[in-house]
Amino acid sequence: MGTNQVLRSVNTELKIMEVCGTHSEVVSKYALRQFYTGRVKLVSGPGCPVCVIASEDIDLIIEYARCGFTIVTFGDLIRIPGTVSSLAVELARGKSIKVVYSPLDALAMAKDNPSNQVIFVAVGFETTAPLVALTIMKAKKEGIKNFSVLSLHRTMPQILRTLFQTGVNLDGLILPGHVCTITGSKPFEFLARDFGITAVISGFAPEDIMESIEIIRENLHRPSIYIQYKRAVSTSGNMVAQEAIKKVFKPCDALWRAFGLIKDSGLAIKEAWSFFDARKRWPIKPIHHKQALNKKCSCEDIMKGILTPLECPLFRTFCRPESPIGPCMVSSEGSCAIYYKYGG
Amino acid sequence: MDIVLSAHGGGGKLTEELIQEVFLNEFDSDILNEMEDSAVLDIDFNKLAFTTDSYTVKPLFFPGGDIGRLAVCGTINDLLTRGAVPLFLSASFIIEEGFRLYDLKRIASSMARTCREAGVKIVAGDTKVVARGDADGIFINTSGAGYVPFGVNISVKNAKPGDKVIISGTIGDHGMAVLSSREDFTFDPPLESDCAPLVDIVNTLRSFGESVRVLRDPTRAGVAEVLYNISRASGVGIEIYEEKLPVKPQVASACNMLGLDFLQLANEGKLVAVVESSAAAKILEAIKKCKNGREAAIIGTVNDSGQITARTALGTSRILSRPVGELVPRIC
Amino acid sequence: MCLAVPMKVKNIRWPNAEVLAEGLRREVNIQLVPRVNIGDYVLVHAGFAIQVIDGKWAKENLELWEQIKS
Repeated sequence: MGTNQVLRSVNTELKIMEVCGTHSEVVSKYALRQFYTGRVKLVSGPGCPVCVIASEDIDLIIEYARCGFTIVTFGDLIRIPGTVSSLAVELARGKSIKVVYSPLDALAMAKDNPSNQVIFVAVGFETTAPLVALTIMKAKKEGIKNFSVLSLHRTMPQILRTLFQTGVNLDGLILPGHVCTITGSKPFEFLARDFGITAVISGFAPEDIMESIEIIRENLHRPSIYIQYKRAVSTSGNMVAQEAIKKVFKPCDALWRAFGLIKDSGLAIKEAWSFFDARKRWPIKPIHHKQALNKKCSCEDIMKGILTPLECPLFRTFCRPESPIGPCMVSSEGSCAIYYKYGG
Repeated sequence: MDIVLSAHGGGGKLTEELIQEVFLNEFDSDILNEMEDSAVLDIDFNKLAFTTDSYTVKPLFFPGGDIGRLAVCGTINDLLTRGAVPLFLSASFIIEEGFRLYDLKRIASSMARTCREAGVKIVAGDTKVVARGDADGIFINTSGAGYVPFGVNISVKNAKPGDKVIISGTIGDHGMAVLSSREDFTFDPPLESDCAPLVDIVNTLRSFGESVRVLRDPTRAGVAEVLYNISRASGVGIEIYEEKLPVKPQVASACNMLGLDFLQLANEGKLVAVVESSAAAKILEAIKKCKNGREAAIIGTVNDSGQITARTALGTSRILSRPVGELVPRIC
Repeated sequence: MCLAVPMKVKNIRWPNAEVLAEGLRREVNIQLVPRVNIGDYVLVHAGFAIQVIDGKWAKENLELWEQIKS
């Protein structure tokens, strides 16, 4: 249990973690750290749902592409490396891989091309899962036979619990605003209750994050979950969206790059919808090549907020966006990719 | 016959008919009409500026332009950024069998109109026809030649610390216009590509002599790439002011929605000018009087840091890094 | 990790609505916010409205931004 923060005086440098890739981007884009030098150390956590997708999962998607399926996904996933290739490389090799903005676009593609078997690769946290649930429901209602979903959804509370169980040392947490729009603040109350953490659900404008940092500073000794993003987040969240998730998905154990298998941290498609579950409908087993992990890669420590990208020996030297080594550089929302793009 | 056939690429009678009906008819160029193997051009020059570019844009027709207009503007603007007076273009077409003649004429007509607007002539050309599926409709290559007036020495290597950076108008219009015609959203009022020849602006700039150090047109990879090119070639750093960047609200809004950076979006009718600091205000006023320069702004200052940085609305400073690869819409 | 932008609801044709922000017009699915009204602002993520924005707090936020900038 991390209760040592109760003993710290407000004059020492506070360590606050934000766990949403979009928050990380705003912090760096507006160079907010420059306001807090010496007072607050802002670190990023494991909040990029794409960076945490394991190589084995990318290998599975590539295998589907090689088998002739049309793979449709969000742009975020295209450059993530598997053990030997990536979707971008397979696209160049002529595989049918498409980028969409919305899962409904993937369904429309299936409708417009009845001779293609479309697999939509669903990534994202609780913000995106309800949209995919509704898309699956629509596919069933309209009797679309050539559409299925590979769910790689991850959920936030369990990764945060794992983080604190490994003894990470933080004074406060900035929680993902749009995930909480869906879930509400309730699922995160364990952070204050079990770990004595002061956490704030923050909006995405720079002033939102700055206000959230002040709320943490003022309430260090009153651990609780505070909502700064009042215009979009409530305690109970969006019940309609939560119902949609519950209807189509169930919690499952999931693999997180750099963290390993975490219990109940993913979303699997329920039996009743297995016709639209690519894993059930099209079971294949790709060959995974053994990946030699670069021992100098600091992604695990970076995602736990122990190190910043600047402290990794590979950062900017061998590890760059065009030649990423670890997960934090592979996605444009990873901490290292953000530091590389904005300087810190 | 309403479509292009592979026989039209055979080099014989049908080829001549196609060239006559579409290209000679539209381009109305006396030199081209001679149908010689080469154009012999009688011009007086000190230095010749010469450039080439190929155009593969999709879709072929987009709000505010088409591949033809793009093919003329892109090459003319590349000549203009060296301070040259553009004179002549060549135009080569690689056309897919089955391409509609109606569309081909539209493209040729658009090229002719743009040439008249810019005061240039198409003097050489070529046409090839390939199998269906081999050319994404049509590919166009244009090469351009112009003369550099005596005393004009505009180069990407000329930027010096203290110089000011000016952009001639709103950023990212072309990239977003093309993207929106591919994706499922619309703009109200409609967003058009900024595709335009920048002859007026460069004519104005030449009168400022050596105060104009660098000119670049930010096409693919956007303003961010141009700043990087200038920084590297001149061995300087550049600081831009985010609040001063002219951008249409629709473009900014769409970028927010799709997770894109407008500094990395394509432009086809804009200039980035690096100018001597003491002349910057006068140069800006002069550009603003030009038809395509009304929204020009001073957006930054050159320094000796060797880095490209941006001063945010909050007064903090961050790095502006070089674009890598293609922009794709994101959800994260 | 979740890009969502506020947009104003102009028309409703269930299960979709036409939304607008700074001249950008899009059709989004509103099944997750069934009680939305014309004139409301919604958060749009990947083609869906995921929440209705509370106008009172939105105004306070605008004021905060102006305060911080000055």
